[in-house]
Amino acid sequence: MTSQDILNLLLIGISQGCAYGLVALGFVLIYKATEIVNFSHGEFMMLGGFVSLPLIAFFGFWPGIICAVLAMAVTGFLLDSLVMRRIIGESQASVFILTVAFGFIFRSFAGMVWGWEAIPFPDFFTGSLNVGGLTMRTNRIAIIVATVVLCVLLYAFFSRTKVGIAMQAASQNQLAAYYMSIPVKTLVSVVWALGAAVAAVAGIFNAPFTQVDTHVGGLGLKALAGAIVGGFGSIPGALLGCILIGVMEPFSDLFFPTLKGVSAYALMLVVLFVRPEGLIAQTFAKKV
Amino acid sequence: MSDVVLEINNLETYYGPIMAIRGVSLKVNQGEIVAVLGANGAGKTTLLKTISGALNSSKGEILLAGRPVQNRDPDWVAAQGVAHVPEGREVFPFLTVYENLMLGAYRRRDAKGIAGDLQMVYEYFPALKERTSQMACYLSGGQQQMLAIGRACMSRPRLMLLDEPSLGLSPVLVKSIFQVIRRLNQEQGITVLLVEQNAVVALQTSQRAYVMEVGGVVMDGASAELAQSEDIREFYLGQKSAGVRGTRRWKKRKTWR
Repeated sequence: MTSQDILNLLLIGISQGCAYGLVALGFVLIYKATEIVNFSHGEFMMLGGFVSLPLIAFFGFWPGIICAVLAMAVTGFLLDSLVMRRIIGESQASVFILTVAFGFIFRSFAGMVWGWEAIPFPDFFTGSLNVGGLTMRTNRIAIIVATVVLCVLLYAFFSRTKVGIAMQAASQNQLAAYYMSIPVKTLVSVVWALGAAVAAVAGIFNAPFTQVDTHVGGLGLKALAGAIVGGFGSIPGALLGCILIGVMEPFSDLFFPTLKGVSAYALMLVVLFVRPEGLIAQTFAKKV
Repeated sequence: MSDVVLEINNLETYYGPIMAIRGVSLKVNQGEIVAVLGANGAGKTTLLKTISGALNSSKGEILLAGRPVQNRDPDWVAAQGVAHVPEGREVFPFLTVYENLMLGAYRRRDAKGIAGDLQMVYEYFPALKERTSQMACYLSGGQQQMLAIGRACMSRPRLMLLDEPSLGLSPVLVKSIFQVIRRLNQEQGITVLLVEQNAVVALQTSQRAYVMEVGGVVMDGASAELAQSEDIREFYLGQKSAGVRGTRRWKKRKTWR
């Protein structure tokens, strides 16, 4: 195994980690705003891929993608304002069951509408890039770029804009936010919309590799493992954890083929034993 | 007669199965500081939470400048001009002092007015001006109380609800906080409904006061007169007239029972 192979695996791992990170980003946002862990987030991602297919066929490639992201944002907004809002204050178990149930509903919906077979997705950028002797598919690089851009945008939104700061306030002290006349309920729905939109981006950018498939939602579980490794409730932590898992996977697949598919969860288990609060604890970096 | 900012008629609120407010009526006029006194569990905080919409009432009405506001969402009530400074400060811990203050002006659109009010708050609380970019969780208790009051001022409220501003503060700080409350009232014309256990300061600061016990108003009147009343002096100000001492104290019945 040459050093070039290692670098190649590393880059693939980083881009895969970014894909997990995009999913994790969405549900950490929702978790921070509502303390609800959205187990249907992987299905949001899957739905984003499916919804983009007819939209791309109708509007063309980029406009179609933008429309798909917007459509998922609306779905997220409605899901909160019509359903999730009513379950606030119920036991964690009910909330868990509800979000899992929505995962099933979304998956069945996609299967009934678009069929259960995987559908190939058009490449974003055909070809590959050659950097210093390293060849990499441009699609892979696109995921990394998308993750970085989204993180910068979200960071700017939460730290610079009035609404973003109000969202932080609502997550830090909900009642006090109400007293400031901040429309907390609406803002929480907007966070759901943001989370769903980010999930849709993840689903679309992943689609060239995974194809559009009803089972893509399983990726959400990997992202969950990544978020737990990094420290649930901290966005930098979640990204770090996901990239860690992404980088680890190709190597463990190579060296321990028997662990294929479970290495992410094995790492999660180890972290939960050794450092249950995650690599970057929430209390250390509680900024949305 | 002066304008009535807040009028409460026969308000009843349940806190779970417990009836915490049992038919309270009170009135706050424009430009007044009105105090609500009472011991732990008398229902003072519940009263304020019901006014600001954090709790729903089961009976009675709350009129803000003549319009009913009961049983609405707290963000709506706040947008009508009620600024609630909750018990225990409740600042946003991981936001800066500046961000905390600007959130007070969340519904306002007049950039100039907001900038002016920010300067005003900094004038009243110079300690905040030195710490604009510091996270609120690193402020001392007194500074957090100043921040909470300043944040409420930023909304240009019609009515400010102050819940136990003296909680956990040293006597010197209590004095200076109440001085600012009085100045805000006199110089900025902010109307205040003040809930306080520290009856001495509350009666000095307010023009009128209500005394609450087990969920109801048992006494009301001008603060200066209440401060002279026998029962208030004994049970809230801790001053006993000669002869009523020791064992006999607990036998004495309050006149309103």
